[in-house]
Amino acid sequence: MIKIIDYGLGNILAFQNMYKRLNVAVGLARTVDDLQGATKLILPGVGAFDHAMEQLDRSGMRQRLDELVLGEKLPVIGICVGMQMLADRSDEGQLAGLGWIPGEVRGFKSLGQPDLLLPHMGWNDVSPQPGHRLFNELQSDARFYFLHSFYFECKEASHVAAVSHYGKEFSCAVSAGNIHGVQFHPEKSHHFGAQLLKNFAEL
Amino acid sequence: MLRPRIIPCLLVHDDGLVKTVKFKDPKYVGDPINAVKIFNEKEADELIVLDIDATVQGREPNFRLIAQFAAECRMPLCYGGGVRTVEQAKRIIGLGVEKVALSAAAVQDPTLISRIAEEVGSQSVVVVLDVKSSLFGKQEVWTHNGRKNTGKSPIEMAKEAERLGAGEIVINSIDRDGQMKGYDLALARKIRDATRLPMSVLGGAGSLQDIGDLIEQCGVVGASAGSFFVFKGQYRAVLISYPTPEQKDALLRAHLPDARKATA
Repeated sequence: MIKIIDYGLGNILAFQNMYKRLNVAVGLARTVDDLQGATKLILPGVGAFDHAMEQLDRSGMRQRLDELVLGEKLPVIGICVGMQMLADRSDEGQLAGLGWIPGEVRGFKSLGQPDLLLPHMGWNDVSPQPGHRLFNELQSDARFYFLHSFYFECKEASHVAAVSHYGKEFSCAVSAGNIHGVQFHPEKSHHFGAQLLKNFAEL
Repeated sequence: MLRPRIIPCLLVHDDGLVKTVKFKDPKYVGDPINAVKIFNEKEADELIVLDIDATVQGREPNFRLIAQFAAECRMPLCYGGGVRTVEQAKRIIGLGVEKVALSAAAVQDPTLISRIAEEVGSQSVVVVLDVKSSLFGKQEVWTHNGRKNTGKSPIEMAKEAERLGAGEIVINSIDRDGQMKGYDLALARKIRDATRLPMSVLGGAGSLQDIGDLIEQCGVVGASAGSFFVFKGQYRAVLISYPTPEQKDALLRAHLPDARKATA
């Protein structure tokens, strides 16, 4: 069963509702015991980077998640700040990230474009890597809802799963083997988001 | 290309969905949760829900109703009404709402903006400024459903909100509320020039052309409306509507230079 990691951040309810409509069973994981029987993981997240890392540490699930994702290669998807947490570190905070996908999180502010409205808020076009399974049936005309001021900078270009443009072209989705992340909010992106969450369920 | 957002704004009064004119005479137009369901089907860009009773009655936000909205809403949701504390804002975000809107409490004590932003992140903090013109044409921020004049300038207030870490400004024109004769474009332009925050404008939209005019004036902006999405025809029959994807694309092509380039 897909388990949504519930460490007190992110719109858990919205994911549950989306999957209910898709007829896919999902459960919540609040403790290590809840992770039992997980076949896939969703790591949501909103707010500040350090706060999110602290909350995840406090949940007591961190070590078991490392084992499941890095050892047992369970498919996982980080959403919004949950995607940024996959990186090694973030310009937004002091704490180390999960380090599951090599990269660093940067602020749009550091681009030095005074006219760029921040946060990046609203519906933007997303161009996936051709053939990427997370973007099945989303290869053309895909758009998603964004709400963020920081973005993921991959060390390896091959980990960029999709790009979007705001101030510059940035990786709005990352993939390294079983580990995935999206900067936008599929749970709030109507049929585009439903398709992506369905694709993740079918990976 | 980042698109302008077209945002229905739902007013809640006595647990029902209402629409006002110049912030007065709330007319019952239906069940709010049912309206959310319709906007889900129409794939609205975003939704704003404002409880117009909470601050006036000095009561807490209705968390039970907010939870229902959040559970039903398949698009990003902004909730406002009666939010006075960091705890309330955290609780609302915890219910699955993307953005919390502050109005009276933030105008009274602007530090509330930064205290909430520290906890939930700037991206989730919206400051709503209800603006009314005096007889001499001076525009000021009003609160409590347009009953209390704060005497503050909307431009200064917007700048202060930006400085304190708000993530979005919503400019709501009391004079144009329910008029359906177009937005206050001059005011929108002034706020746009004064801050670098995303901005949404509410009050006055009566047609797609009005939304187009706002986009022409302000570029990538949130165009919000109440009456336009709930009334039809000169007798204001209640019928919830929202532009189709084709209508939205045509609107952007006609009014946003980047959209023309993207499809050229």
